[in-house]
Amino acid sequence: MGYPHKAHERETQVLSKYFGDPEARTLAGWRARGGYEALQKALAMDPQEIQTIVKDSGLRGRGGAGFPTGLKWSFMKPDGKTHYLACNADESEPGTFKDREIMRWTPHGLVEGVALAAYAIYAETAYIYIRGEFTEPIRYMEAAVKDAYAAGILGANAMGSGKRIDIHIHRGAGAYICGEETALMNSLEGRRGNPRIKPPFPAVSGLFGKPTTINNVETLTAAPYIVKNGADWYKQFGRADNPKSIGTKLFSVCGNISRPGNYEVALGFPFKDFLHELCGGAPPGRTIKAIIPGGSSVPILTLEEAEGALMDYEGFVAAGTMLGSGGVIVFDDRQDMVKQIARLTRFYAHESCGQCTQCREGTAWTTRIMERISNGNGTVEDFDTLLSIADNMTGKTICVLSDSCATPVVSGLKKFRHEFEAKIQISRNKVASSVLPTVPVQSGAPSRVSAA
Amino acid sequence: MSHGPSASGGALQATPAHAHHDVPHEPVFVGDRLTELQTIMARYPSKMAALLPALWILQDERGWVSEDGMKEVAMHLELTPAYVKGVVTFYTMYHLHPVGKHFIQVCTTTPCNVCGAEDVVNELLQQTGCGELGQTSPDGRFTVIEVECLGACGFPTPIMINNAFVESVSPESVARVLGDLE
Repeated sequence: MGYPHKAHERETQVLSKYFGDPEARTLAGWRARGGYEALQKALAMDPQEIQTIVKDSGLRGRGGAGFPTGLKWSFMKPDGKTHYLACNADESEPGTFKDREIMRWTPHGLVEGVALAAYAIYAETAYIYIRGEFTEPIRYMEAAVKDAYAAGILGANAMGSGKRIDIHIHRGAGAYICGEETALMNSLEGRRGNPRIKPPFPAVSGLFGKPTTINNVETLTAAPYIVKNGADWYKQFGRADNPKSIGTKLFSVCGNISRPGNYEVALGFPFKDFLHELCGGAPPGRTIKAIIPGGSSVPILTLEEAEGALMDYEGFVAAGTMLGSGGVIVFDDRQDMVKQIARLTRFYAHESCGQCTQCREGTAWTTRIMERISNGNGTVEDFDTLLSIADNMTGKTICVLSDSCATPVVSGLKKFRHEFEAKIQISRNKVASSVLPTVPVQSGAPSRVSAA
Repeated sequence: MSHGPSASGGALQATPAHAHHDVPHEPVFVGDRLTELQTIMARYPSKMAALLPALWILQDERGWVSEDGMKEVAMHLELTPAYVKGVVTFYTMYHLHPVGKHFIQVCTTTPCNVCGAEDVVNELLQQTGCGELGQTSPDGRFTVIEVECLGACGFPTPIMINNAFVESVSPESVARVLGDLE
């Protein structure tokens, strides 16, 4: 079942199978759909065995970075130390709204994934950090956790295994940066959400100074299906010529598109078919001009570039962008790209934590220049200034928020330079009309200067 | 992630429904609320980790986070009031001033922007009588602010009214959405 649209026949539904089905939200409904069988199976296995299955399956992080999940889990050894699992449900990347649907429709699917992962990394305690604005998902997740405790799925003797698994829901309070894993840990600890310098990496010293694994909602929700059906089952999803991208992925589609919503496809799906067949292409009478395929932090594509892309980690890199979080933002021919890129940089300027100079100053400075150009007050020198700032903002800060702000500016200037130049022309015309000497109008002769 | 009173500390008129700065602070964490806080504190190895949840309880009870409220939270979690204030001001969802009875946040980030979110903002400002972003309407019922990505991009334009989400708001549906409120 799809949501809000009906599932397309070319979708591969694993995680999204029960979107739109309210019965799947309840514990009884989830169990009737095979829920918690994977957790039961996992709790009878050795944690390292689970790590191996997930490693073999090829599952990679679905939050944006694409780090191999099994490898991340394998950093956690049976060392007798306290370990923590943190689930990143701070979904805030513009264009991305997949985790929200997972939590709204299949909260027990996430509880199961979190419990399974906690056991697999030798942790007894897991925290699900949900962004503060997601009041509805928080409500469903809290109910699911409560029901799971009441049924003995969680607690001191999880599913009768003798193992303790505790899950707590932690509500954020409005900060995009808390989706960055080290900022998330600081926020969870009751601090300002400033990212931490790595190393030490979370697997060594994370939450409360203990070894910690942080995974995205979608990644954790996929894990039970892999443990239940095996790594080979998962490997059937993906294109045969790319063993690096395995599995299904949820793509959120928004902006100027006929059928916005979430779609789940096997990685490697042709982006052209995805846009036109599944999503219905541009709204009636319009044409698509630009696409950001992986959340606002990845480079912008023209329609032509997008149509040649394959939807997986390597396919999007080959097209000059990234898979990111899978948030597809579509712009049609009505959109002013300069204005929209300026709006994106304003987002980053607002969300910068202010820790690193390059980011704090760079995002604000970029926004001022972008808005100046957008309002028809820019100069052609602004292009070089923007690129120079972008260079100073890339690869020089603690986290990648700064890089993410520079990305749409650099790719936008390259691919939609004509729109930037048209804005400069507007300001040139303004200047010309204001600095030219006023010529006394002689009777009969046409005036050179029109009223400004 | 809001542009508004919490972030800017903008001059907002206090509404009659909420406590004023000069009214003595009534403790929030007594009875059930204290028990709730203690239950939450038991989930973490440090008291400090209960800070965000404690601030949520405070705001749910009082409608905003006052300096006296911060002091109370600081006392329970063994932190300094200055530390608590430092954390409160990092996050945009805690109100540093009283806000209208219906606090409306409109997403205007790019995905919603290309679908006409700015028209929704203008319509809301007009129909609520707020006039300007961050201002509370003269009757104290509404405050409207812009917010960065609400994470519901497929349902433009999403707005939040206090803790409730309303999806797919258009300039045409604003009157109906407001009409549903008390």
